[in-house]
Amino acid sequence: MQSAKKSKLLKGATGEWEVVIGMEIHAQVTSKAKLFSGASTAFGGAPNSHVSLVDAAMPGMLPVINEHCVAQAVRTGLGLKAKINRRSVFDRKNYFYPDLPQGYQISQYKSPVVGEGKVTVDMPDGESFEVGIERLHLEQDAGKSLHDQHPAYSYVDLNRAGVALMEIVTKPDIRSAEDAKAFVSKLRSILRYLGTCDGNMEEGSLRADVNVSVRKPGAGLNTRCEIKNVNSIRFIGQAIESEARRQIEILEEGGAIEQETRLFDAAKGETRAMRSKEEAHDYRYFPDPDLLPLEIDEAFVSSIAATLPELPDEKKARFVKELGLSAYDADVLVSERETAEYFEALAKGRDAKAAANFVINELFGRLNKEGTAIAESPVSAAQAGAILDLVADGTISGKIAKDLIDIVWIEGGDPRAIVEKRGLKQVTDTGAIEKVIDEIIAANPDKVEAAKAKPQAVGWFVGQVMKATGGKANPAAVNELLKKKLGQ
Amino acid sequence: MADLTSLTLAEARDGLRAKKFSAREIADAHIAAIERARGLNAFVMETPERAQAMAAASDQRIAKGEAGSLEGLPLAIKDLFCTDGVRTTASSKILGNFVPNYESTVTGNLWRDGAVLLGKTNLDEFAMGSSNETSCFGPVQNPWRRKGSNAPLVPGGSSGGSAAAVAAQLCLGATGTDTGGSIRQPAAFTGTVGIKPTYGRCSRWGVVAFASSLDQAGPFARTVRDAAILLRSMSGHDPKDSTSADQPVPDFEAAVGKSIKGRRIGIPKEYRVDNMPAEVEALWRQGAEWLKAAGAELVEISLPHTKYALPAYYIVAPAEASSNLARYDGVRYGLRVEGGDITDMYEQTRSAGFGAEVKRRVLIGTYVLSAGYYDAYYLQAQKVRTLIKRDFEEVFAKGVDAILTPATPSAAFAVGEKAGADPVEMYLNDIFTVTVNMAGLPGIAVPAGIDGAGLPLGLQLIGRPFDEETLFSVGAVIEQAAGRFPPPERWWER
Repeated sequence: MQSAKKSKLLKGATGEWEVVIGMEIHAQVTSKAKLFSGASTAFGGAPNSHVSLVDAAMPGMLPVINEHCVAQAVRTGLGLKAKINRRSVFDRKNYFYPDLPQGYQISQYKSPVVGEGKVTVDMPDGESFEVGIERLHLEQDAGKSLHDQHPAYSYVDLNRAGVALMEIVTKPDIRSAEDAKAFVSKLRSILRYLGTCDGNMEEGSLRADVNVSVRKPGAGLNTRCEIKNVNSIRFIGQAIESEARRQIEILEEGGAIEQETRLFDAAKGETRAMRSKEEAHDYRYFPDPDLLPLEIDEAFVSSIAATLPELPDEKKARFVKELGLSAYDADVLVSERETAEYFEALAKGRDAKAAANFVINELFGRLNKEGTAIAESPVSAAQAGAILDLVADGTISGKIAKDLIDIVWIEGGDPRAIVEKRGLKQVTDTGAIEKVIDEIIAANPDKVEAAKAKPQAVGWFVGQVMKATGGKANPAAVNELLKKKLGQ
Repeated sequence: MADLTSLTLAEARDGLRAKKFSAREIADAHIAAIERARGLNAFVMETPERAQAMAAASDQRIAKGEAGSLEGLPLAIKDLFCTDGVRTTASSKILGNFVPNYESTVTGNLWRDGAVLLGKTNLDEFAMGSSNETSCFGPVQNPWRRKGSNAPLVPGGSSGGSAAAVAAQLCLGATGTDTGGSIRQPAAFTGTVGIKPTYGRCSRWGVVAFASSLDQAGPFARTVRDAAILLRSMSGHDPKDSTSADQPVPDFEAAVGKSIKGRRIGIPKEYRVDNMPAEVEALWRQGAEWLKAAGAELVEISLPHTKYALPAYYIVAPAEASSNLARYDGVRYGLRVEGGDITDMYEQTRSAGFGAEVKRRVLIGTYVLSAGYYDAYYLQAQKVRTLIKRDFEEVFAKGVDAILTPATPSAAFAVGEKAGADPVEMYLNDIFTVTVNMAGLPGIAVPAGIDGAGLPLGLQLIGRPFDEETLFSVGAVIEQAAGRFPPPERWWER
């Protein structure tokens, strides 16, 4: 087990503490139908409108495995560089709850479909760490209890009941709240690249149970607490931070940590006890006799492996090695599949660095401001490409390019045609520029003196020329002429 | 016209084809017989209007030359099969007046082939029992009574209503389910033929589950041929049941009457249990003699793990049942008893809805699956199950084609006789039949004689996986040799 770098340690009254974190991520499998029934998995349907006889656990109903969900789990396993288990078993996890119609959840207990794998997480400071994946298994989601519909009764919506989830369990390899957030972001990115989970945390497609314990650096593992069902990356960070602080406080006061399940209260920013170890359910797991063991053959796995996309790690390495991008830029560009797709479309046949700059410096700011996803960017990769081309061939200046982006952003249209129509072309005619320079020099003799004494003051003249030409003057030509005129 | 209810299913089929009578006439004769036999308590739901409508439709198809293989043949259905629009209860209060809006695959197959639904038959609650005394509708009476006695006898269980209905000529055939002997034991107690086919032969979809890895549907009939005809229709691969076998369904009827010359019949020494009545032992020997006379070769075989089968069964079956019955929670359908909160509602509903035997098995099952006990009970029982399976595999590998055993350790017993304090006494009824479920093999019970008290006794044949044909061939030899004995006197019509 890795130990934390100094910077990741938390300071307490008695010195530094190391936080040990392991996670169980519940990722909803991207699939039109549920894990064991043909009912729809669409989000947002009227209550109980996506419920089959199997989902409602009517008498005599039997589950039949959805092969697509198995393929998605295998695909995810391959993406996590994990072992695919040729034989796995579905078990019943027995407990009573109104939104669990069968009285048991079909899950995989002893024999999961995917075994050990790993995820590499790169941090913005250039550091990276590895998180071991313990296992991935398939299981059914439960329905939803609605407690606010009636004064005396709870209502149950079974639309989610039976939807396929992948539970991805990590080893206790994470050492800080920041790292935990980065890990979940990375895992989410991999799932999205794979197309096996949409990663939509608002709709509950991705939830995390976070196991937290603290210890003195180098000491053995301490008792952990599990924080259930945290549903945003920000909350994951907050939950870990506050839970670690709580545990440190208890230990420093000479207390002991009780193993328990806790809930994160986002409003208060703290965790609170849900149930103790003694109250933990005995789930009476046993193999589901309605289902045969899941046997996967080599051909099934290799057919999925053949369609695996390039994943963020490989893509990043390629961007650095073949396109000459910095590791940081590459990291930013690969973090979302859609961003990478946009960038690659833009960089094709163009200067990759210019394309990267465009996406990171021009596009991201505008998208963030409006809260728009890159896939819905008002400036398409083709339009952006045309703008970059106009800059590259000297038709417009970099400054005009910024204006042009804004015009296309709001009005749309072909950038080249807009440049023509609005006369945005760069002025490279030295005669015309010279004329403007002469006028400015003539009008400002004091500034000329100053510039002769202090070469940096030439910038003022550049500004004036650009202002007078409406930014269309070729900056290189302006600089060249000014140097000559001002005798530098 | 002769009494249409005394025909065999094959005779009725042939008579319908020859237009000697109509489907409607057969249906009416049986509807009337059922009405007269209400004292038996074999049916928990009669569906005369539906029967008449189905029979009328059958007559039309017969007239148009579009008759199916079971066209116009009236059947009774164990009330464990979900029937579209017809109340399905599993003889449990917890299902209340539950009316499915779907049809089990097996019954759907029967209707597809033209069969007619007479009604739903009584059973032990959730098929848990060997006497039909655990039904929330009260016990079924066996049409057979001991000579000179009016004491009501049990028809066996759990498919007691179906067995009694066939024996009393209230239907031409019936469906049952068999988890540990629930078809074969009542067949033996009522002098009828009952077969539990290989696990996976009949779809379990739409059949209220008791123990999923053991449950299997099968037919009751008055002759081996009739059982073969029914089983063919009930069988077949069903993609809705993952444990259903994708195996071709042979023409089982063609196996009836086939020579068994040279076939090897195993006689397992472990089935000679203590306190076995002399009559049962004698019948078993007699059966072996009949088969030998028909040209079969008899071999003594050993199934060494037999003695562990019953205890292992009473771990595996309750374990699965405890989980399968969790869905009867008062939330979505069936009985609900209101409570102070959700836990209270669960407890009140399940306390009121389940009978004592079901509760006992849910508790046993919950216990054997609990943390700390799982390895000692459930896992151990699964290991025993593997050993039992291996016992059979080894015997079949040595060329044995079928195994002959008694069907039950005794003839039918009296209502109340074994419903006392010790449930094990009742469980021992399944001693010859549970091994077959544990191994997933086909088993048939064939009436083979009448004991000194005038009660029928049956013999059981156990076959290789998916070789029900051999069971029908050998079963027909026993049937032939034993001769058809007269049906029970219709005391219930008096």
